[in-house]
Formats: sequence, C-alpha cells, structure tokens
Amino acid sequence: MIEFRQVSKTYPDGTAAVEDFSLTVPSHTTTVLLGSSGCGKTTLLRMVNRMVEPTAGSVRIDDVDVATVRPVALRRSIGYVMQNSGLMPHRRVVEDIATVPRLNGVPRAEARRRAMELMEVVGLDPQLARRHPGQLSGGQQQRVGVARALADDPNILLMDEPFGAVDPLVRLELQRELRRLQDDLRKTIVFVTHDIDEALALGDQIVVLRPGGRTAQVGTPRELVEAPADDFVSRFLGLGEGRRKLRAAPRPGGGQVVTDDAGRPLGVLDDADGGPSADAGE
Amino acid sequence: MTPLLEALDWVLTADSWTGPGGLGVRAGEHLLYSLLAVGLSALVALPAGLLIGHTGRGRGIAVVSTGVTRALPTLGVITLVALAAGIGLTAPMVAFIVLAVPSILAGAYSGVEAVDPQIVDAARAQGMSPVQVLLGVEVPLGMRLILGGVRLATLQVVATATLAAYVGAGGLGRPLFLGLRNYDYAMMLGASIVVILLAVVLDALFALGQRLLARRPGTA
Ligand SMILES: Nc1ncnc2c1ncn2[C@@H]1O[C@H](COP(=O)(O)OP(=O)(O)O)[C@@H](O)[C@H]1O
Ligand SMILES: [Mg+2]
Repeated sequence: MIEFRQVSKTYPDGTAAVEDFSLTVPSHTTTVLLGSSGCGKTTLLRMVNRMVEPTAGSVRIDDVDVATVRPVALRRSIGYVMQNSGLMPHRRVVEDIATVPRLNGVPRAEARRRAMELMEVVGLDPQLARRHPGQLSGGQQQRVGVARALADDPNILLMDEPFGAVDPLVRLELQRELRRLQDDLRKTIVFVTHDIDEALALGDQIVVLRPGGRTAQVGTPRELVEAPADDFVSRFLGLGEGRRKLRAAPRPGGGQVVTDDAGRPLGVLDDADGGPSADAGE
Repeated sequence: MTPLLEALDWVLTADSWTGPGGLGVRAGEHLLYSLLAVGLSALVALPAGLLIGHTGRGRGIAVVSTGVTRALPTLGVITLVALAAGIGLTAPMVAFIVLAVPSILAGAYSGVEAVDPQIVDAARAQGMSPVQVLLGVEVPLGMRLILGGVRLATLQVVATATLAAYVGAGGLGRPLFLGLRNYDYAMMLGASIVVILLAVVLDALFALGQRLLARRPGTA
C-alpha cells in the first residue's frame, strides 16, 4: 500500500506543482493518476521513488516513510517506466533489462537469463536481445522499458505515460498486454496518463486531478462515469461529448444497437448481458 | 638548395637519427615528456572535470581559471619555475601541465554535460548510485568529447615541448635551439618538421580513436 499524506511540492523556482495531496493506493491494484499536462502527475509519481522530495507531507510504502529509505535502495526496489523509454543508448537490450538485478548483486549470467525470460513475458522477440535501443521501434522500446522495470520483481511499478509516444494502434495493444500481465503479476501499479480511454481501460482506481495536483475525484472507472463529482470531472471525461454520450435502440434481431451521439453505430448490446448501464471501458 | 629541401635532406639522412644526440633519441624524449605531461595532467584534470560535469558545481570557477591559465605564456611559466626549481625537467613539466590541464578539464566537463539529461535521469531512477551513473552512463556516452580534450592537450604539449630544451632538458628542442645558435637552418627546420610529424601522427591516432567511438551506439 502506498500512501500520500498531505504532500506538497514547490519547485525551487516557485512553481507549486502539488498542494496538499492525499491518496491511498491499495496493493496489487492499478491506480491511475489522470489529468491534463502540467497538473503535477509526474511530480506525484516521482515522490514514490524519491526522484522528487516533497516540500511538505510524506509518502509511505507499507507504513514506512520513504524519506527514511536510502534513495538508491528504494529505487532498486521499485519499477519505473518512463514515457521516453529512458533506455540506455549504449547498452544492448538484454543488458539494459538486467540493470536492476545486476545493481542488486545478481550474478551476470543469472541476470541475463532473467532478462531473456522477461523479454518473452513482455512479448519481445529474443532475437532483439543483442540490439541497441536505437534499432527498435517505439513500441518495442516501451516493451523493453516495462521488462526492465519488472526485472527484479518489484512490488511496485510506477508508469509515467509509458504508452504516450507510440501510435494509437500499438498503444491499444500495449494496454491490452499490460492488463494481461497485471492479471498474472498483481503488482501495485501507479499509472500516469492524460488519456481518458487509457485510464478507463487500465485503472482499478482512477484519480482525476485538477491543476496543482488537487484531487477532483477518486473512484473506479464505473463510479466516475456513472457519477462524476462535478462539471470539471464530467467535462474531463468527455461525458458531455458525442463520443461518450451513447444511445441504445432496439434491434430487429434482438438486443439493442448502441450508437454515439451522432448516430454512428458502435456495437450491439445483448439483452442477456444486463441493461444499458454498460461500462464504457472500451 | 632552399632551406626547406636542405632540412628535409637532413631529416632523411640516417646519420641525423643515430647517436646519443640524434633525432631518434630526441624524438623519444620529446614523446616521453609529452605523454608524461598529458598523463599527469589527466590524472588531475579528468577526475576534476568529470566531477564538475556530473555535479554541475564548480563550473564557473573552472571556466575562469582555465581562461586565466590559458593566457599564461608557457615560456614565462618555465622561466619562473626554473628560478625556483633550477635547470632540468621540473620547470618545463610544470609549464606543460599548466598548458594541458585546461583542455582536458574542459573536454571532461563538456563531455559529461553533453549527455542527454533524460538518460541520466533514467539511470538514477533505476537506482544507480552517483558513481555508477558517472562511470556507467556519463563517461561512456560523453567519451568522444572527453577524448577530444585529451587530444587537444596532447597536440598543444607536443608542439610546445621544444621549450624543454630552453632549460637544459632534452627533446626535439635541442636540435632546434642548436641549429638556431649555429645558424644551421637545416637542423633547425628539420627538428621542427619532426615535431610536426609527431603531432600529426598522434593527432591521427586520436582521430581514429574518436572515429571508432562515434560508431558505438548512443555516443554523443
Ligand atoms: N524541475 C522542475 N522545476 C520547476 N518546475 C517544475 C519542475 N518539474 C515540473 N515543474 C512544474 O510543475 C508542474 C507540474 O509538472 P509535472 O508534475 O511534470 O506535471 P504533469 O506530469 O502532470 O505534466 C508544471 O507546472 C511544471 O512546469
Ligand atoms: Mg508528466
């Protein structure tokens, strides 16, 4: 469990990135920090592994204040995936994935073996092991980033817009695979994004943020869609827009046809699958 | 014959190279002084420059002090130190180190500074210690510029090492000053040609090293 206790961050230049933010991230679930650019998501995320020190308040992991843990040791125990992949341009894929196990003292051969295993877990062709990141596609790089973060089997995974820079199709595939992975691994994931669809697709819990790292609403995807706390959340989720304002109409063959606000068909609703309160998950 | 052809002729004569005072011995001394001076300078300037680049601290001081030392005339430094340390290798060595340190220092900190901050950030975020970040990421990725500083220093020292002879040490300055005193322009010019050759060969070696480095993935 990760707890943010009334944390604030004012950067040396005076920017108040986060003000008095509190949140509990339950273990073994995915919590999404959702908000537009500059609202303090990265700042909050990096407080967990002490890449950012809060100017007030504390972050606790399983009731231990992270400020009492050596940053280097803390970071080696937490997986971190970055938007730009953050791969080492001078290292081969397999070496990069083995970074944290090596830092934690795992012998070279054993670390490599694990790295190769992880490549398979994240769906990377083992042939790519000897490549350098510059020789990989954006999607492959992000997979390597995920494999590297998972390499020493951390309990916590921090993901900062990890799929933000890849094209939409690849992004959907990566999201799907992350869900599959998470079904197996049950990590405590904090996932940052500004993409509403991504948040709805991945989050067990979603935190909608206003600028200044203030919480607008916390809830499950369903709770947010069903009962947005206010206009800000409603507008942010795009509930007022045609795309998410869905209609259902009876269909001759049984069930209902679902259309968006403009009347474009999105799919068919089976009567057997419960009423028109369908999750707008995907 | 023009003086240049005479000089070439002198250089290409086997007799000029042999013997205790021959070009062979002098070129060897010259190379030895140069490498010693660059090596000693690197021993100080590399760690200092890497540290400045890594921490971002002390950069202002480094820029100012290297500017000042670069403005010092090498002959002046040799004379000054020789007044205290006497005739011999100490004075020219000190002067060559003063000459080499700024280039190596500047190459080292600019090499480290040139590394993409996002990569350094990622390395720290994986849990690398500052030393691991420096040696495992910043140095290999900044190596081309770091080596560039050593290359420049070597070139400067090789070109200047003739001044060792000014206070009685050896090197290619010996035939050069001897030729100057005896109006033996072939010898004087010939010694200069060997200095130039030495510099060109060393520089080409460094260029090759940098070229090989540039082929490594990710090198800035
Ligand atoms: N190192 C920094 N120094 C000064 N201001 C910063 C720094 N990092 C982030 N900020 C500012 O803090 C605010 C929040 O940034 P960030 O946490 O990166 O937001 P997000 O990840 O939601 O886009 C922004 O206004 C940003 O400009
Ligand atoms: Mg961000």
